Amino acid sequence: MAEDILKSIDQDIHTEPMILQMGPSHPATHGTVRFTLTLDGETVVKCETEVGYLHRGFEKEAENSTWTQVFPYTDRLNYVSPVLNNFGYALAVEKLLGIEVPERCNYIRTIMGEVSRLSDHLTCIGAGALELGAMTAFLYAIEGRELVWDLIEEVTGARLTVTYGRIGGVKDDLTPDFAERWKATRERLLEIHATTDKLLTRNRIFLDRMEGTGVITPEAAVSYGYTGVTLRSTGVAYDVRKDHPYFAYDKVDFDVPVGKHGDNFDRYLVRMEEVLQSIRIIDQCLAQMKPGPVNSDDPRVVLPEKAKVYNTIESMIQHFKIIFEGIQVPPGEVYSYTEAGNGELGFYIVSNGTGKPWKIHVRAPSFIVMGGIHKLFEGSLLADIIPTFDTINMIGGECDR
Amino acid sequence: MSKKVLDLVQTTFSDDVIYSHSRLGNDTVVVKRESLVAIMEFLRDNDATKMNFLRDITAVDYLHRTPRFEVVYVLYSMDHKHMLIVRVPLNEDDVQIPSVSHLWGCAGWLEREVFDMYGMIFTNHPDLRRVLLYEEFEGHPLRKDYATQASQPRVELLKPERDSVEEFLHFHKDKDQATGSRVAE
Repeated sequence: MAEDILKSIDQDIHTEPMILQMGPSHPATHGTVRFTLTLDGETVVKCETEVGYLHRGFEKEAENSTWTQVFPYTDRLNYVSPVLNNFGYALAVEKLLGIEVPERCNYIRTIMGEVSRLSDHLTCIGAGALELGAMTAFLYAIEGRELVWDLIEEVTGARLTVTYGRIGGVKDDLTPDFAERWKATRERLLEIHATTDKLLTRNRIFLDRMEGTGVITPEAAVSYGYTGVTLRSTGVAYDVRKDHPYFAYDKVDFDVPVGKHGDNFDRYLVRMEEVLQSIRIIDQCLAQMKPGPVNSDDPRVVLPEKAKVYNTIESMIQHFKIIFEGIQVPPGEVYSYTEAGNGELGFYIVSNGTGKPWKIHVRAPSFIVMGGIHKLFEGSLLADIIPTFDTINMIGGECDR
Repeated sequence: MSKKVLDLVQTTFSDDVIYSHSRLGNDTVVVKRESLVAIMEFLRDNDATKMNFLRDITAVDYLHRTPRFEVVYVLYSMDHKHMLIVRVPLNEDDVQIPSVSHLWGCAGWLEREVFDMYGMIFTNHPDLRRVLLYEEFEGHPLRKDYATQASQPRVELLKPERDSVEEFLHFHKDKDQATGSRVAE
């Protein structure tokens, strides 16, 4: 009887979908992106994504710069882990030039890259917790990021826009006391990791928001081009560092954590585990690396020492030519890929044999994730968008270029 | 390992492959536009290739060369761990190319970017709109003949009804019946 009454009421109520504009500047979405949501009650029926609010014409700018001048632009792609972008780009140009970097440089790139990945993952975990109301976890994670940024600042001279990579090497060697400082930072990072884990992983509120929300199947994730943590959380163990090792990743031992369900909680767990794996990689690299040159000895690519520039005419000419004409990269095209904080960062570069790139295209993981993000939203509740968008970790600079 | 893929494509589609090379570890086939969809479908579904992951789509503007443009597809196989680059040359006066958005989920989104930046027209694309730039933008900025400092006309304010429910329903009336209002029988 009661069901009949309810049914008739239900049928009589005139309902229509509600359109909700979420963003571009929504307090709970870091990065400017607009979702046009069609809601049936609280359920998201349809999601239209609009990106491009941070578009600065990276690719067009790069075509008008020399190969070296592109580095500051790459800093601003994924601005939470700029070092990884620097090295990804440097590796692509080195492939085209056909030069090898010294062994120590590979180790430095691995170490600094992992340090940068730590900052990326810690920011994502912290900000994700903050947007669900867990201010305490956020403060711990951000403390960890500060420590990591202090390390980066000491080595590169800047905290965010580091421009540390160079074609054929890095800007500078690690500081002499880097290993010591890392030891202290490492202890605190492990403490922070344990505290964050205690605060969040078995927290009832956190679990309710994260478990079973934003689910994607492995097949859909592969088809939609998801990479990085988002793909690994579904159980596909694809990690460029493991499958196609570059730098010194083939000389260190590390695990690739994978999830099972492809939901927000799995993405959180994978990130937490990757923090530990990054620490493990850095420890091994510091133990293995030996003193030596950090830059390639190819005079076509690397600037000569300052003392030589001021005292010999050959070095002066060399310096002048590299700065003004740019590094002469042989004609050709290459697709080079590395594992950045959010997934596979690819550079498709084309050279016509001059000092300026003819074309640079970035395969930005965030941009491609945004193409399929409606898959994660549709059918779930409006409130679930917040944790889903957090664990996806969309970075506007990288997405919009 | 990946040389096998290159040979397989060449023997299966010998008439449609213009040339192929494997420089710098990137195996590349340059194919004709007419057979692009057939080749892509073969690469995705064949057990020996199994390119289930589309890494990237982009285009290159070579300006003083004929054909002027090239659309580049970077494919990867999660199972076999090999990659292949498929390139399709396009003439300046005919920039139409068949869409592969029905083969990979992300293809439609990436094709929108190529359309946005280079103006390639992907036929059979379900929703070919600009993605990074706004719809009133004139020209395609990554073409080499688009000046770096080129200015754009001023955009009028949006009409108030643009985001209204009526317009949305009109737009989606034959797409998504589930969102319509429930009416008593």
